[in-house]
Amino acid sequence: MKARVTVMLKDGVLDPQGEAIRHALGALGFDGVGGVRQGKVIELDLADGTSEEEVAQMCERLLANTVIESYRIEMV
Amino acid sequence: MKAAVIVFPGSNCDRDLAVAFRAAGLQVEMVWHKDQTLPDGTDLVGIPGGFSFGDYLRCGAIAANAPIIGAVKAHADRGGHVLGLCNGFQVLTETGLLPGALLRNAGLKYICRTVGLQVATQGCVYTDGYKPGEEIALPIAHHDGNYFADPATLDALEAENRVAFRYTDTPNGSARAIAGVLSENRRVLGMMPHPERASEPAHGNEDGARLFAHLAQALTAA
Repeated sequence: MKARVTVMLKDGVLDPQGEAIRHALGALGFDGVGGVRQGKVIELDLADGTSEEEVAQMCERLLANTVIESYRIEMV
Repeated sequence: MKAAVIVFPGSNCDRDLAVAFRAAGLQVEMVWHKDQTLPDGTDLVGIPGGFSFGDYLRCGAIAANAPIIGAVKAHADRGGHVLGLCNGFQVLTETGLLPGALLRNAGLKYICRTVGLQVATQGCVYTDGYKPGEEIALPIAHHDGNYFADPATLDALEAENRVAFRYTDTPNGSARAIAGVLSENRRVLGMMPHPERASEPAHGNEDGARLFAHLAQALTAA
């Protein structure tokens, strides 16, 4: 089984990389991009039976820094 | 007085920090990150700059979970002194020993130059070698030094006088120009600038030497 963890900067935390992407899209002529947030996706290959709670612990302890980041788990 | 300098794979200011500690009169032992304990009688732990674990995942995140960190936390909990410089500051925020986090520089560029700093607090072994409010210059060299904490945490840091150093002209977007912060008991300091790179005549700037000199003197007197 697999889990996909999406880690994003929390709302209110400035994302300078997202801003740079937004500017670059504008420069390419893509109008109407109001905002860009850049995050990361972490895919985990897990032993069968691993619970979502266990993945949440992985997020809390390592995969995300909850001072600045939020995470979302999809068991796939 | 005994200092332990923690070495992670990717640390690159560990020996510079050891040189600065020794020049100030401290005994220094280098401690590999896989060790579980600090040398007996360690008074001060130095967490050096560099790129521990290649900055993978987040700067300092993997180092913050290294085997030695349990002993570093226990040392801090006992009231021991811990100094984290640059990547060491990032490691200390990731361990939770210091509040906040270091984000990518607002201008997205790696910045390597000497910057102006204001000594923003007194009443700790790290800043009392300077005059209150004194302006000094120290080098910075980082990509992720943009200090972030929520407004309530920033207010608390200021109310408790725990901002140790502020940039005179913020180079990286740091909230409230913060370059270094102290723990509640004022014994753990994390800062992005590199005093160890401004601590002998050959460096062309000795503003950092005074931090180490006073630190060693204060620990010896304690």
